Amino acid sequence: MIGMTNEELQKIINSWFPSSISTTKVTEVSVENEISETKEPESTNGLEFTEEGSQFLNITVQPELLYQLMSQLKNNKETHFDYLFCLSGVDWEITLGVVYHLESTDHRHIVVVKVHTEDRENPTFDSVYDIWSTAEFHEREVFDFFGIKFNNHPNLKRLFLTDEWDGYPLRKDYVDEINMVIK
Amino acid sequence: METTIANSNFKSEEYFINMGPQHPATHGVLRLLLTIDGEIIKKVEPDLGYIHRSIEKMCERDSYQQIVHLTDRMDYLSSHINNEAVCLTVENALQLEIPDRVKVIRTIIGELTRIASHTLWWGVMGMDVGALTTYFYGFRDREMINDIFEETCGARLTMNYNIPGGLMFDIHPNFVKRTKDFIKHFKTKLPEYDTLLTGNVIFQKRMKGVGILSKEDAISFGASGPVGRGSGYSCDVRKHHPYSAYDKVSFNEVLRTEGDTFARYSVRIQEMWESMAIIEQLIDNIPEGDHQVATNAVIKLPKGEYYERVETARGELGVYIISTGTKNPYRLKFRSPGFSNLSLLNHIAVGGKIGDLVASMATLDLVIPDIDR
Amino acid sequence: MNISLSITKNIHNWLFSIMPEGVASIVEMALIAVIYLIIFAVAGLYLVLLERRVAAWFQLRIGPNRVGYQGLLQTMADALKLVSKELTGTVKADKFLYNLAPYFVIISSLMALALFPFTQEFQAFDINIGIFFLIAISSIGVIGILLGGWSSNNKFALIGAMRSGVQTISYELSIGLSLLTMVLLTGSLQLSEIVEVQKNGWLIVQGHIPAIIAFMIYMIAGTAETNRAPFDMVEAESELGAGFHTEYSGMKFAYFFLAEFINMFIIAAIATTVFFGAWLSPFGITDSIPWLGVFWFLAKTFVLVFVMMWFRWTFPRLRVDQLLTLEWKYLLPINLVNIVIMALIVWLNLTIKF
Repeated sequence: MIGMTNEELQKIINSWFPSSISTTKVTEVSVENEISETKEPESTNGLEFTEEGSQFLNITVQPELLYQLMSQLKNNKETHFDYLFCLSGVDWEITLGVVYHLESTDHRHIVVVKVHTEDRENPTFDSVYDIWSTAEFHEREVFDFFGIKFNNHPNLKRLFLTDEWDGYPLRKDYVDEINMVIK
Repeated sequence: METTIANSNFKSEEYFINMGPQHPATHGVLRLLLTIDGEIIKKVEPDLGYIHRSIEKMCERDSYQQIVHLTDRMDYLSSHINNEAVCLTVENALQLEIPDRVKVIRTIIGELTRIASHTLWWGVMGMDVGALTTYFYGFRDREMINDIFEETCGARLTMNYNIPGGLMFDIHPNFVKRTKDFIKHFKTKLPEYDTLLTGNVIFQKRMKGVGILSKEDAISFGASGPVGRGSGYSCDVRKHHPYSAYDKVSFNEVLRTEGDTFARYSVRIQEMWESMAIIEQLIDNIPEGDHQVATNAVIKLPKGEYYERVETARGELGVYIISTGTKNPYRLKFRSPGFSNLSLLNHIAVGGKIGDLVASMATLDLVIPDIDR
Repeated sequence: MNISLSITKNIHNWLFSIMPEGVASIVEMALIAVIYLIIFAVAGLYLVLLERRVAAWFQLRIGPNRVGYQGLLQTMADALKLVSKELTGTVKADKFLYNLAPYFVIISSLMALALFPFTQEFQAFDINIGIFFLIAISSIGVIGILLGGWSSNNKFALIGAMRSGVQTISYELSIGLSLLTMVLLTGSLQLSEIVEVQKNGWLIVQGHIPAIIAFMIYMIAGTAETNRAPFDMVEAESELGAGFHTEYSGMKFAYFFLAEFINMFIIAAIATTVFFGAWLSPFGITDSIPWLGVFWFLAKTFVLVFVMMWFRWTFPRLRVDQLLTLEWKYLLPINLVNIVIMALIVWLNLTIKF
């Protein structure tokens, strides 16, 4: 079962976020809803779609809309992304971000959600732990290596490194004369 | 230790026990902080990082051929399949046309690796629940596979036989014959495993009804491999996203619905039969051809993001590479199966007894270097 | 066995002739104690070697065969090593109890060993409440285990000791009741009388069905008494390190270790005496040569010891609650019903006599 194509996914997801952006309003998901049109959206609803440089449909979302998008991606019957198979933190040098790879176990389509922030001192996103339980450990790992905090996480502390470790190793500006071997 | 207790959410009246990091049952250096009330477990908190070697950071500095050598130290029991994952990602990014011979050989060696991993798992599983003899029976059969690997690949555990572009050398002339002998030998030995352990009443009473994981929880926790399949969740990467020669062979995906430790156990035993069936279909018809495709000495992936997944003996291993066009990856992330499988340990162990925790951990088949990377 | 009796009689008379009576009897007792200590030590050592060879045989390997011919001196080497080890102790351990604990298990094993009829008239202590005494003595061993676990000041040791205590106390019931079933046939608790009765056929044959059931229950309960697999949750290496003797090293550990093997020997010896006719040969073929009685006794005991070792290396472990369920919900009711059946059979004279 191939599931929906990237265009159909894009259409449905856009339908949840009308162009008149309002972060407090929650739009009900419905394919028959004519709020969104089929044309390529300008990034006025907080989402950006792209397929270049990747095998899957990439959605870049604003941090405020992350939780809403994620819960609707999982709960909507058409998309039903119930399998979060990869949660990675990335340091884009100017911004810090998180990349979520989602798959649906019955429709078998895949989508990639990216979110990033320019705040390198105190980057914070919403935790998706209550949507997918696997996120609990993955977000701890991202916090450990990148310093990205997650709101509403039940147990946000370092996972691999000791609690007293200073710094966030996977960031590009991490310097450690003792442990790092630069070639 | 004191800081860990101070920061955790343990109440002061509960009895707190530390299992590990050196411990015969935890298959590696894993420390579990247990809160127990008599024999009943109230909370399990894993403490990781004892074998963290910052492989992902090292990969940002190494070339793609060097990265392959790092991967087989992650899950050392399916080292060949780990290598295959990175090689596939690089080859698909460069859009190389891999000869059929390479694909078939990769599949055969991958399945032999899977059998080797499952026999070791079976031996250690028996040892964990108390049947101390199973360890030797499992290793006896694994030795034959290790000998085959040593002749062809040069090493017994960390093989590094795959390179981006194909295989490092061609297979040894004895490979086909020895593999066929092994299959013949193992077909008589695998029923012995059932006689010794699976059919034993004591064993079944310790495993049935213990550590139950429902299908929704399995999907939500990201369980994959035999852990997911024991709960009825069809997650075999070889079926859903076939790679190498898996679309050319016919095999069954083994599913059970009960979700308890006995179901996960039966899934792995049955998977060994399926692996043998796959090898038998391929071993006589290895196509002729090159064992390598020429690549540049310095491999540079085009700008973009690439994701490939393979089915190791533990579950779904994913390799996510973000490349900016240089000779090192900008970011490389390994989605390891053990990491997600470990996260459900608290969920299935709470409410059970310590003996059940040991049995559940044995069926999760955790290899800690895979989790810690 | 007139030869040995006259030896003991001669020594007895000689001692009494050269010393005053009180001192002579003390010396005689000390002599017997030393002999039994030697038997205890040698038996323990060779049982350990037997276990290692048997385990190796099951596990497709060879086992110790370098030290001495076929490895016969292996445990000597191990004993020397253990004697030379440092006796470590934890700082917060209760010193007195910690040192006292191994002696309880040793003493109870030694006392039980004194009762067995190795052959005709070769028995150190033929008391008229033989079986009762044996069961009572084996209960004292539990104290040693509990003390050892408690005084080690180690959570794992304590858990192991608690589990062992509860297990031993429960299974003593089954042992007692199954032996009681056989006493119904013999009418006496004295061990030499039990052997006398078996001259008409071994008790397991005389009592046929209820005796066979009693024997099976006895073997299960006996394996559980000595904390051996499949009931070795107490010292489950995969879970708790080493259970109640985690904190012991050197000679004290050797005491616990030896005591476990001697207990196994004792359980097998009791089964031989009560069920299989002690030193009597199968159809009375060599009863005219009393010395061979020792050979028959040891042969039967070692077969049962081998069976117990076979259990250990084949079966997985039972969980603690399953262990207790087995005893209280299954073995105990079966035992009670079995006693009633045996009583009926004895009353109706349905036993098989030769």
